[in-house]
Amino acid sequence: MPKDGIGASTKRREDKRFLTGVGRYTDDINLRGQAYAYFLRSDVAHGRLTNVDISAAAEMEGVVKVFTAADFSAAGGLPCGWCVTDRHGNPMQEPKHPILAEGKVRHVGDPIAVVIADSPELARDAAEAIVVEIEELPAVINMKDAVKDGATKVHDDLTSNLCYDWGFVEDNREAVDKAIKEAAHVTTLELVNNRLIANPMEPRVAVGHYDRASDDYTLYTTSQNPHVIRLLMGAFVLGIPEHKLRVVAPDVGGGFGSKIFHYAEEAFVTYASKVVNRPVKWTSSRSEAFVSDAHGRDHVTKIELALDENHKFTAIRTDTYANMGAYLSTFAPSVPTWLHGVLMAGNYTTPLIYVNVKAVFTNTVPVDAYRGAGRPEATYQLERVIDKAARELGVDPAELRRKNFIQPDQFPYATPVAVEYDTGNYDATLDKALEMSDYAGFDARLAESKARGKLRGIGIAHYIEACGIAPSNLVGQLGARAGLYESATVRVNATGSISVMTGSHSHGQGHETTFAQVVADMIGIDASQIDIVHGDTSKTPMGMGTYGSRSLAVGGSAMVKATNKIIDKAKKIAAHLMEASDSDIELKDGQFTVAGTDKSVAWGDVTLAAYVPHNYPLESMEPGLEETAFYDPSNFTYPSGAYICEVEVDPETGEVEVLAFTAADDFGNVVNPMIVEGQVHGGLAQGIGQALLENCVYDENGQLVSGSYMDYAMPRAADVPMFAVDHSCVTPCTHNPLGVKGCGEAGAIGSPPAVVNAVIDALHRSGHKVGHIDMPVSPARVWAAMNGQG
Amino acid sequence: MYNFEFVKPSSVEEAVAALKTEDAKPLSGGQTLLPTMKQRLASPSKLVSLLGIDSLKGVSVSDGVMTIGGATNHATVAKEAASAFPGLAYLAGKIGDPAVRNRGTIGGSIANNDPAACYPSAAIACGATIVTDRNEYAASDFFQGLFTTALEEDEIVTAVKFPIPEASNYQKFEQPASRFPLTGVFVAKYAGRVGVGVTGASEDGVFAWAEAEAALAGNFSPDAISGLTVDADGMISDLHGTGAYRAHLVKVLTGRGVKAAS
Repeated sequence: MPKDGIGASTKRREDKRFLTGVGRYTDDINLRGQAYAYFLRSDVAHGRLTNVDISAAAEMEGVVKVFTAADFSAAGGLPCGWCVTDRHGNPMQEPKHPILAEGKVRHVGDPIAVVIADSPELARDAAEAIVVEIEELPAVINMKDAVKDGATKVHDDLTSNLCYDWGFVEDNREAVDKAIKEAAHVTTLELVNNRLIANPMEPRVAVGHYDRASDDYTLYTTSQNPHVIRLLMGAFVLGIPEHKLRVVAPDVGGGFGSKIFHYAEEAFVTYASKVVNRPVKWTSSRSEAFVSDAHGRDHVTKIELALDENHKFTAIRTDTYANMGAYLSTFAPSVPTWLHGVLMAGNYTTPLIYVNVKAVFTNTVPVDAYRGAGRPEATYQLERVIDKAARELGVDPAELRRKNFIQPDQFPYATPVAVEYDTGNYDATLDKALEMSDYAGFDARLAESKARGKLRGIGIAHYIEACGIAPSNLVGQLGARAGLYESATVRVNATGSISVMTGSHSHGQGHETTFAQVVADMIGIDASQIDIVHGDTSKTPMGMGTYGSRSLAVGGSAMVKATNKIIDKAKKIAAHLMEASDSDIELKDGQFTVAGTDKSVAWGDVTLAAYVPHNYPLESMEPGLEETAFYDPSNFTYPSGAYICEVEVDPETGEVEVLAFTAADDFGNVVNPMIVEGQVHGGLAQGIGQALLENCVYDENGQLVSGSYMDYAMPRAADVPMFAVDHSCVTPCTHNPLGVKGCGEAGAIGSPPAVVNAVIDALHRSGHKVGHIDMPVSPARVWAAMNGQG
Repeated sequence: MYNFEFVKPSSVEEAVAALKTEDAKPLSGGQTLLPTMKQRLASPSKLVSLLGIDSLKGVSVSDGVMTIGGATNHATVAKEAASAFPGLAYLAGKIGDPAVRNRGTIGGSIANNDPAACYPSAAIACGATIVTDRNEYAASDFFQGLFTTALEEDEIVTAVKFPIPEASNYQKFEQPASRFPLTGVFVAKYAGRVGVGVTGASEDGVFAWAEAEAALAGNFSPDAISGLTVDADGMISDLHGTGAYRAHLVKVLTGRGVKAAS
């Protein structure tokens, strides 16, 4: 096996360019003659546009053109990629999402007009000269108020602010009600899954370039999925056929979901470039990102957990209001439904589950997938209610979970919420986490904290997620308007080096390193001989991009398929060169051998023969060595794990310090342990950030109160402990060739309930019978709860 | 940012003259003014940098009084006040991050009077004197509410004089996002008097907690304030904490400050 094959903690090859300042991000792309776009955005949440006068702005120095909605009358709205059917069998309400506001503004940040000028400063100067008159309407902010009769409507042409009322599994509804009514014990919890802003380090940027000579358009954009953008924007918004549209997502500085979606600015710069006959660039400021990037989470939920006299879970009923914001972002409807409801079984054998979700339009920024997307919301409520049940019943929360775990011999396990888990061993990860965290030794640490006047608590959460998104035929039935396969082309060069063109996209995940490790391992050559090419629709086959922890499980599988085709063909060439039978050829360490003989031929000799076919079976085989494969998964993958958090609470101020955090994950097989651990670290930091710090807050007028880092609290290094992570509990995925499950989102899914459970535990152990504190569990909220002001 | 004129005089007199221009603003560290200008929320016609004036820089001690030039940055105070006035050095060393501490100045902080700035609490607790190009103010007269001071438009803080306490301590409870004090308390103990300056908490800006000062004058221990309460009325309430929480923090932090200084 080569030294950088599967299982090696190879250092990330991409870090050299990132750390030495030679990465090439979208904002580094500057084209000759480029002009700059500035978006004039609404500063009110809801109102009718009675006048937009651009005449003065259009006359200003350096202004190329000023655009309003009227310039886009021929363009389509931004499409939504998923149609959810409600519990009565009707499609969701789907309002138009125009590129620029038409007639009404619907959230602070809704774009009204765009100035294109010779410099960003001149564009902004001119935008200030645009006269905008808005007749303000009442802002629709609170979701429960929004769906009351007579509420002001965000979209006049819809019947109400209710996007859909989804029930799952609808046939279980009555049985669940009955089980809850008849249960020995029912634990109820109402909670908020706090709204978040993704805040990738790199804000969004888009550069549009129309080439008059070729009649081609190129869009450079900060995207997690350039092919998806090409399809959505080309086919649905601007009417540009794919062969005339190239979308490039070069180095991308983090996405966390927020760069999956097709945004107005992308369509704008592409379209405007042709109109003004110059490349057009837009770079978001950080302030602008707060009011124009899709937000995440924002669920208000009531969950009931029914248990029998033996503490076995008998039923779960959960009701959620999910905020869609003012428009439907690309995948927004799927997040609270098919990425949330289907996870409500967790790791447990609960036989009856009913999930109701009301998706609501409000005068806020659109809400869509954010690291974990629906699965953190499911895990949080489930793991919180289990913890509350354990406390009410006076049993150990680890044991209550263990008692209800799906057992290893029950796999494959069909849950009552429509998914079939392939593999897992939940006792194994729980045991590992309990051991690593020294759960048994907690009392001694508690006493030590108490001696220092601090309250100590320990919290457990077990999670499962559905990753490797997704089987296309299944998601098609569920309302997806896209397939979710992945693609790869493996191009072997004449002297044996390899370029892999993948439809996956790396924006921090390290694919250039790990994908090369896989191919190196399969062929037995050094990983340095393999380059991974991604992020350019003109180079890679049509692929669906990176989100939902899908890259290795789906994109990697396509790459393995293509590489296997390469190996099959190379063996045939080798057989010809060695005058042997195809079936006798073996490939090991980059050498082809004839079984049972000392004959061998090197990888490079075979690849050279493919391109210099002087001695080649031309009558039966084409020259060359390049193969493409598409892989459509037959099921989701199901990573799972046990997380344990230990905190100390300052009883005087309510301040929470995370002292220790243990994560024992089952990701299936692991290609690069170092990168996997880095992904878990990042996820944990984001999850702890959600639990303790981050909160996106609107006031009743729809103004974003947490509109900058002065009020939106990001986690910093000092806010998280040294993490103890483990991925040695492995139950390989049974339905993809690498046996991998995905690791990108796990940390952000499992950590929030572990943190909150630990805080509640600390309070209970010190006599504060607090049922729940909503995230972020800030010092002020903890203090208020301890003092009966919660 | 809008266009503006920039001058960097080398004397206080030239700076004051330059500030006679309409909408001219002094620029000391720029840690508040420059971000505000970048957001296009301020548009001074002219910025008069004070950083070229050597007489405004430095830390000196004489007759039990520490004099800090108005254009002295926080990093310098953190270093040079450390032996004579460790409580103040600690405060300066906890402001922002290294970049902020190497640009931001005491004069800029005092003149801006952000309700969550750190320095005003020390100035109030110590009974500092704010020296300007034309006047001297007692700290209690100088700070007049949120972002409001006794300064005239073209008046420059040239120095701040702190009577050095026998013991002092600064307790900063950070707002989770900005890491400014959600509430900060500076406790200063002198022979026969104790000062307690509170920042971040009140809708009227920095204030002296007079009841605590009186109680601690006779008994400098946390017990002395155990029976006191702080009125939540008039305290700032926002998404990071209610007025009641801030009022509570004032007492907790005062007790901690006294204990640390004892």
